[in-house]
Amino acid sequence: MADQAHFAEQAMEYMSPLYSAALRMTRNPADAEDLVQETYLKAYRGFGGFTEGTNLKAWLYRILTNTYINSYRSKKRRPDETELDEAEDLYLYRRLGGLEAVAAGRSAEDELMDYFTDQEVKDAIESLPEQFRIAVLLADVEGFSYKEIAEIVDVPIGTVMSRLHRGRKALQKRLFDFASQRGLVPDGMVDPNPSPDAPAPALAE
Amino acid sequence: MTDDGTHAAHDHGGHDHDHSATPCEDALKELYVYIDGELTEEKRSIIAGHLDDCNPCLEAFDFEAELRIVISRRCHDDVPESLKLRIAHELELQDDQTRDA
Repeated sequence: MADQAHFAEQAMEYMSPLYSAALRMTRNPADAEDLVQETYLKAYRGFGGFTEGTNLKAWLYRILTNTYINSYRSKKRRPDETELDEAEDLYLYRRLGGLEAVAAGRSAEDELMDYFTDQEVKDAIESLPEQFRIAVLLADVEGFSYKEIAEIVDVPIGTVMSRLHRGRKALQKRLFDFASQRGLVPDGMVDPNPSPDAPAPALAE
Repeated sequence: MTDDGTHAAHDHGGHDHDHSATPCEDALKELYVYIDGELTEEKRSIIAGHLDDCNPCLEAFDFEAELRIVISRRCHDDVPESLKLRIAHELELQDDQTRDA
């Protein structure tokens, strides 16, 4: 059993990632602040039920996620899987994978860092339907394992994997749309009628 | 590198593999789970072995792994000082209430 007197010293260090997650969930700074504050208050009050030595970060995210789902998400908008942009495997790689070769000596990571701004990556995540957004956020931004995510959102691991699979592909499609809108996609890389079977121009040998 | 024309990464269309998937297709299917570090050791080593032999798949996997890093690095927000103070203050109030109770 955890002692409330030690709550602050252990839990405060997670405020920054919790706040980022709250922003992606609520898509609104005022709501995000309230959500984080409520999460800390609930966590403080419930800290006696937390087993010291277990995963405090995951425990805090579970409270954050539950509080968001119960109190903050728009009641009238029930997210539906049909809202998700479907995209084929390796969607971005097939379109942008050649950038690395174009700028010799730079890694794909450097290229992609230049390619997408903070705001575009945040907007792309925020554009995903809720259940996919939360899964992608917990895995790709926070680095939680499948098992941890399953416990945080209270669904089976198989559901976590499926949400991640589809959410990540939709995220890539959204990122590519941003790059295209900004005119960042080099000529010849934009396929007006992208088809799942389109060969990747970037890989032409 | 093998060149049997069935690399998932660069030749996804035009071939039917109803019964036996190619090593590239098998690897692609496990792409995310591999990058997430969630495969069993047996499956992980099969894919790692394939990536040693297959440059197109290796490039695709590298791209996905690096995209993952970029997404995570691009997603941080500074906590407003006012929020830190608000929460610290709220928790002190709670502490006081606990002691008074």
